[in-house]
Amino acid sequence: MAIMANLPVLGKWFRIFACLGAMAFTAIASTQAVAGVDLPKLEHGKGDQCVDDVAFIRRHHPDLLKHHRDETVRLGIRTTKYSLKKCVECHAGSKTGSVASSEEDFCVACHRYAGAKLDCWDCHATKPGKQVPDAKPVLPQHGGSK
Amino acid sequence: MSDSVNSKQEDRRDFLKAGGLVAGITLAPGLLFYGVAQSRAPEEGVSSRQRWGMLIDTTKCADGCNDCVTACNTENGLSGKTGPQDSQWIRKLNVKDLHTGYVQSLPMMCQHCENPPCVDVCPTGASTKRADGIVLVDRHACIGCRYCMMACPYKARSFVHEPLHDQKPDVPRGKGCVESCTFCVQRVDKGEQPACVEACDAKGHKAMVFGDLKDPQSAISRALKSTDSVEVRADLALGTGVRYQGI
Amino acid sequence: MAHEVCVNQGECRTVEFFALLGLGGLLILGAMYAFFTLEHHGHILTGMNNQIVWGLPHVVAVFLIVAASGALNVASIGSVFGKDVYKRRAPLSGMLALALLSGGLGVLVLDLGRPDRLIVAMTRYNFHSIFALNMIFYNGFFAIVGLYLVTLMERKLKYWTRPVGFLAFFWRLGLTTATGSIFGFIVARAGYNSALMAPMFIIMSFAYGLAIFMVVQASMYSWNGLTLDLAIRRRMKKLLAVFVGASLYFTVVFHLTNLYFAKQWDYEQFILLDGGIFTLLFWVGQVFIGAVLPLSLLFINRSQGEHLVSFSVLAPLFVVVGGLCQMYVTIVGGQAFPLTLFPGHEVHSSFYDGVVHAYHPGIYEWLLGLGGVGITFTLTVVAVRVFKFLPQDDFKTVLMRRSTD
Ligand code: SF4
Repeated sequence: MAIMANLPVLGKWFRIFACLGAMAFTAIASTQAVAGVDLPKLEHGKGDQCVDDVAFIRRHHPDLLKHHRDETVRLGIRTTKYSLKKCVECHAGSKTGSVASSEEDFCVACHRYAGAKLDCWDCHATKPGKQVPDAKPVLPQHGGSK
Repeated sequence: MSDSVNSKQEDRRDFLKAGGLVAGITLAPGLLFYGVAQSRAPEEGVSSRQRWGMLIDTTKCADGCNDCVTACNTENGLSGKTGPQDSQWIRKLNVKDLHTGYVQSLPMMCQHCENPPCVDVCPTGASTKRADGIVLVDRHACIGCRYCMMACPYKARSFVHEPLHDQKPDVPRGKGCVESCTFCVQRVDKGEQPACVEACDAKGHKAMVFGDLKDPQSAISRALKSTDSVEVRADLALGTGVRYQGI
Repeated sequence: MAHEVCVNQGECRTVEFFALLGLGGLLILGAMYAFFTLEHHGHILTGMNNQIVWGLPHVVAVFLIVAASGALNVASIGSVFGKDVYKRRAPLSGMLALALLSGGLGVLVLDLGRPDRLIVAMTRYNFHSIFALNMIFYNGFFAIVGLYLVTLMERKLKYWTRPVGFLAFFWRLGLTTATGSIFGFIVARAGYNSALMAPMFIIMSFAYGLAIFMVVQASMYSWNGLTLDLAIRRRMKKLLAVFVGASLYFTVVFHLTNLYFAKQWDYEQFILLDGGIFTLLFWVGQVFIGAVLPLSLLFINRSQGEHLVSFSVLAPLFVVVGGLCQMYVTIVGGQAFPLTLFPGHEVHSSFYDGVVHAYHPGIYEWLLGLGGVGITFTLTVVAVRVFKFLPQDDFKTVLMRRSTD
């Protein structure tokens, strides 16, 4: 019973530490981001720069992608600037050739770090087209196995 | 393989050339628009000045030929399996007249209705019709209730029953959503023909014509004007974008 | 009234209560297991496929939803038509309606292909969709019946009981019509495209809802060692008989009108004659167990049988079983029968065109379906324990009425 009574106090301290910890964490993250360090260790994408200011993209890419996806699906607008397909083309990892096949791959690494779940890859290809030799496996080979 | 690729490309060039020719000849500004509209700029949205449609000549469609189905599977990354739980966006139907015994073969897929029942019933609005008449499932909003499958008179839709991998970059698909023929929207937006039509042409059957129903100069409009064609289940008055001739 | 100490709530029979709770919890647990498994592996593990897209879970779900609006009928009769015996049963009836609805909607949600997008379903309505309209009806139903329960339980709000009761009544009619229309609006399928679908669902909902109400009521009475008064039992049995009879009548009319249209013959032949399991379920389940048997139980044996409480439990139980069979025949049977693409032609393809589709419900479908029942059951058990839902009859007036009834 005594232990129970102490719990709220414990909880309070726990909360304070948790908050401090979280603040420290975000502080580190932001200083490093300001310093231009990729966090966590992310492979550099193809080309010299992203389609927009990196800080802007880092912050707003969910909204940009969401807006773009609605325009593409509903209105058939197929600009490439904020297209997920283009993200994949530049950011596919050199080892896996994918943005989301291993823990180090671009999307997964960061989203795991940020603890934000995403379900893009349930449906979208994680590898760029063309370059990957996916032209061969046409139909008949696929049949039967189930 | 390379042969067919070459011929495909040539076909495409012809197609574009023809488009340019039409645009050039008509010259009248209003009509010029239709000609150019084939290759809409990427930032320009679809408009209702177009309506995509297809005309299928069943007399040219050979029994046992599966070229359109194969092309569709390749283009859209379908497995090609035909179990009860596998997706089929286009399928070949064998239709036998019970009185005369006359057998015909024809491809059946989403008919891209003017008034699609799937769009009417979808609770979230995921099932949608673009301004240019292409009926699509917006997978970002689909909750997988399958009501649209219940409602479709053509059995055009499939439900993805298992997790998928290695999708085509242009054709996202995934577990738990409903899907169906898109008229190869990723190609149409680039000014190309759907994969099935291209394959049917390339193999020399020429049983399918695809184009803009609202452009009086398009091949499909002219063909429709000069031949008798029907909608499947015309009694439902859905105004299908796909029409058949010879049945 | 020796048992007054232990009416319903409080400290008595705690072990049994937790046993019941455990039973309900087990059913819900099973459904959760099925849900997470399907969420991970996809519906490939079920018997449902691209031909039979709605299976056993939907049968149970639609049954529960339809029964929910029917269960409220008792309260409606009480408040709208001012019958005292029913008025006293209004709280139980309202609570049961909510429990049934929760169970039904729960199954529907657990069976979605993308349940993680439920928030999408809640925030984006397509107002053309009868399904979305149903969502609004259901949400409103929760609110109105909840409000109704409050007015019934709080003496100060007594004056509101009647207007809110009226509202609940009409809302209920709308909801059942909408549920029936889910199928009626499907133009393409031979089995569903009938204007009779909605009214038929309304009358069936009366029967199923009242049947479930009677079973629950009888269980509650026997739980508390009480016996429901003969006059009340008699009354409810009569009402049930009317509803079951009307449902049967509608079923007959539905199939007769179908026979009137030549294009529906094939479908009728399928359901009535050679549909295998569906024909069996129709004649044995829906017609015999669901209508003929309960009707004879309710009418025959008037002199002796009606003194047996079991009769007023058995008959509604049969109605429930028959109702489930009816839903199976309507929902699965309607899909098993192939779509007609070309009338007068024989069609076949790699996509199972033109053939009767087979459906073998798997373990996960059973778990989901039973889970819906489990949700309803658990909610009912808890609610009955925590709140005063046992009908509080004024026995003197009842006794007085008995002589005149
Ligand atoms: S399955 Fe998806 S597209 Fe079809 S009705 Fe349901 S939410 Fe709409």
